[in-house]
Parts: sequence; structure tokens; C-alpha cells
Amino acid sequence: MSPDLSPSSIPPRRNNRDWPFFAGLALLSSVYVLLILAMLAADFSFTTPHHLLQALASPEIRYSIKLSLLSCTLTTLLSLWVAVPTGYLMSRHPFPGRRLMDAILDIPIVLPPLVIGLSLLILFQTPPGRALQQIIPVTYAIPSVIIAQFAVACAFAVRTMLVTFDQISPRCEQVALTLGCNRSQAFWRVALPEARRGVLTAGTLAWARALGEFGPILVFSGATRLRTEVLPTTVFLELSIGNIEAAVAVSLIMIVAALAVLTLARIFGLRAPLERVL
Amino acid sequence: MIAVDHLSLKVGEFALENITFEVPTGQYAVLMGRTGAGKTTLLEALCGLKTLTGGTIRLHGRDVTHLKPAERGIGYVPQDRALFQTMTVREHLAFALMIQKKSRDAIRHRVAELSRLLGIEHLLDRKPQGLSGGEAQRVALGRALSIQPGILCLDEPLNALDDDTRQEMYALMGQVRKSTGVTILHVTHNLDEATRLADLLFRLQNGKVERNILTTHLH
Repeated sequence: MSPDLSPSSIPPRRNNRDWPFFAGLALLSSVYVLLILAMLAADFSFTTPHHLLQALASPEIRYSIKLSLLSCTLTTLLSLWVAVPTGYLMSRHPFPGRRLMDAILDIPIVLPPLVIGLSLLILFQTPPGRALQQIIPVTYAIPSVIIAQFAVACAFAVRTMLVTFDQISPRCEQVALTLGCNRSQAFWRVALPEARRGVLTAGTLAWARALGEFGPILVFSGATRLRTEVLPTTVFLELSIGNIEAAVAVSLIMIVAALAVLTLARIFGLRAPLERVL
Repeated sequence: MIAVDHLSLKVGEFALENITFEVPTGQYAVLMGRTGAGKTTLLEALCGLKTLTGGTIRLHGRDVTHLKPAERGIGYVPQDRALFQTMTVREHLAFALMIQKKSRDAIRHRVAELSRLLGIEHLLDRKPQGLSGGEAQRVALGRALSIQPGILCLDEPLNALDDDTRQEMYALMGQVRKSTGVTILHVTHNLDEATRLADLLFRLQNGKVERNILTTHLH
């Protein structure tokens, strides 16, 4: 018997009930958003302007704010300095061992922070590490803070730059080569300007990551007040002596700093698509 | 003249072998072929963007097989045009001249000349994001012509253009040929383009470039 392909006389069954699906999506996603907002709200409700001012007046906390800002900025610059060429190399030139390098670059992301700190501590106790420390003291000094932050933050910056260059078509650079550029000129004049939003994102991510770094710093730099104390160390030290008000006040300073950086990155990052829309 | 002799190359699993063809100086050659036949790869090899495993490429009598892309003097308009998103149209036209460290006056003169030829004088301060398909194509063409190339390689340049714009581009290509005398190799899979533009028609299929029989009917 031949199949019946004539149009059906029965109208399609009514099945327009999409709202339970969307309600499910909305419910599940809002749970997480609400959790984040509730955490922030709890912090803000716990503290008073008086606590904040008191925290800002403390010389130890002022030192840790200064050291955090300085070390995060240096870490960001160092991370970009390494991440941009690494991302470009891996994206454009499939060299032997690329996959292995890719896997190695994930290690700082998945390794427990304390283990990173311990590994750094041991590394700087090896003969080459000790020799270096004869010239510049690293362990339990300010350079160790920057190295500990860099060890983790740079991995995030490299990932971001790799994705950025992967998303930029190599054709622009190829055209630049035919127009008389060498590889270096094609990179500086074409690829890097095209990647500027990715560089900004990588920098933001590295900065925010460095700001929150605690485990490696605790092990590798110690938690000495007015010496290697950064903001997360302050929160830890204040908590350990039961001064929760100061710990929360410092946490708020970190939240505000992180939000400010995120907002700045969004504003700069969104400008290009806005131009396209307008 | 473009003279490709027994060219072979391999990209991953894909290979072209023993490709031989010639385009005499000043001629407009159109290379047709199915998607995936290797037209783009062949153009990239001409431009020096792919390494050959065998054969030679001579451009106007000069062996360029082992020269870098910058030393070949080929104007290249790739598929999807690849305009520089951060530069204005003016900067696109001036880019190669700035690399060559030409004087500011020489650059200004050349940009004016090119923008007049291509009818993009009113777009000089715009960035690629705001350009229509036809305008973007003119800019890509201008950028390729800025090095005063002996040879122009165009990879599906009229794709995704509406009919009116396409007609305008046919006329423009005629003007470009007349005023520059450049030898052109144009890749497409559109027969209309081929019949409108080509002096010579080649077909790339089964890893071979063949002079197409249609050529005799074209003129």
C-alpha cells in the first residue's frame, strides 16, 4: 500500500504551553543570581560607614590596600606581557608540543591554590632559587606576592588571549603580509589592534584574579602585617582575631574595587558593538 | 604574466598536484571550480601564503616561488575582504605606503588617486563597520591596488552583493583594468561573473587546472 501523503483534514493539536518551560528556566537561573545578590546585601547590611572609616584609618589596612593595588597592577602588566605573545603563538603557529603546552597552561587553573604556594616556596629553596634570592629576596617579601599572583592570574590571561586570537581571522594578517609587512609588523599593526578588546578582558580578569589571590600568598609570602599583607590576608588576619567588622569592611573594599574594574571593562568592551548598532 | 608550472602543495589532507597554467600580462583570468576544489588554496599559494611542495611560480618573468608575500607585488583581496576593523578607509589605502615609509605627500596623493578611481572619496573617514557590501569591496580593492601591483588576486570578490551593486562592480573592474593595466586572477563559482569579466576562463577540478572550452564562446 502506498503511504498516504495527502494533507490531513484534522487541524494540528493545540500545544502552545511554553510558559512552564520558561518559568523553569527563570526559576533556576534566578536562584543563583539571588544567592550572589544576597551575599553582597548581607555584607553591606553587616557593616556601617563608621566601620569602614575605622578600617580605612588603620595603617595596616591602608598598607594592604596600597600593596594590593600595586601588586595587582604589576601582575596584570606582567601577565599581559606574557599572555599576548603566548596566545598569539599558540593560535597562529601549530608547533610540535602545542597540545602539551596547552595542557600545562591549565595546571595553575586546576591546581589547589595552597599547592601552588607550596610549589613556589620549594622552587625558591632549590639551588637556583637560593642563588636568585642572594640578589633579590623573594620568599616572605613583596616580590613573592607578585610572583604568587602572577602564577595563577597569567594562566587566565593566556586562556583569554588564546580564545581572542582564535576568533580573529588570520586573513587580515595575510593581507598585511602581501602589502609589505613582515610577521612582526603584521602582528603589531593588524593583529594586536584587532585583539584590543581581548587584551582588555584578559587584563581585567588577571587583575580581579590577582586581587582575590590568597592561598599561594599565605604559603609563599606569609601574612606579616605591614610587609606582605594584601587585602585577602587582612580579611584572614582580622577574622583570626575575631574582628569581624574590620574583615567585612575590607571585604567590601574588595567588592567595590572588583565591581569598578568589571564595570570599566564592560564600558570599554561594549563600545565597539554599540558603534555597530548606531 | 602569471606562469604556474607543475605546482604541488599539501594542506593537511588536501593536496593539489601538478597544476600548470598561464595568464598573459594584462589579461583578466577567471578561475572557476566547485567549493572545496582548492581555488582559495591556489590563490594563497600564488600570494606566498602557502608553502609549495613542488613546482614554480613566475610572475612577469621573475621566479617568486621562494619569495615572501611582501616581495611578490601581488594585490590580494581575500574572501570576506578581511578589512582592518580598527582602521578608517583612508588608513586602509595608506597602510602599505606607510609600511614602505613613503612621504606624507606621496601617501596623500596616492590615497586621493585611489579613492577617486574607486568612487570612495566620501567614505575616507569611515570605519569598515558602517560600510555596505559594495563599499567594503571597493575599499578592499583599493587597499590591494595601493601597492601598484602587477598582479591582482581576487577571491570571490562579488559574493554576497546584490544585483545592482554587482553590475556597478563589473563596470568598476573594467575601469581598474583600463587605468592600471594590471593582470587579474579572479576566483568565483558564478558563471555570470565569468562571462562578464573573463578574457580567459580556467576550471579547477580533480586537482587540475584546465582552460575551459567556454573561453572560445566568450568573445
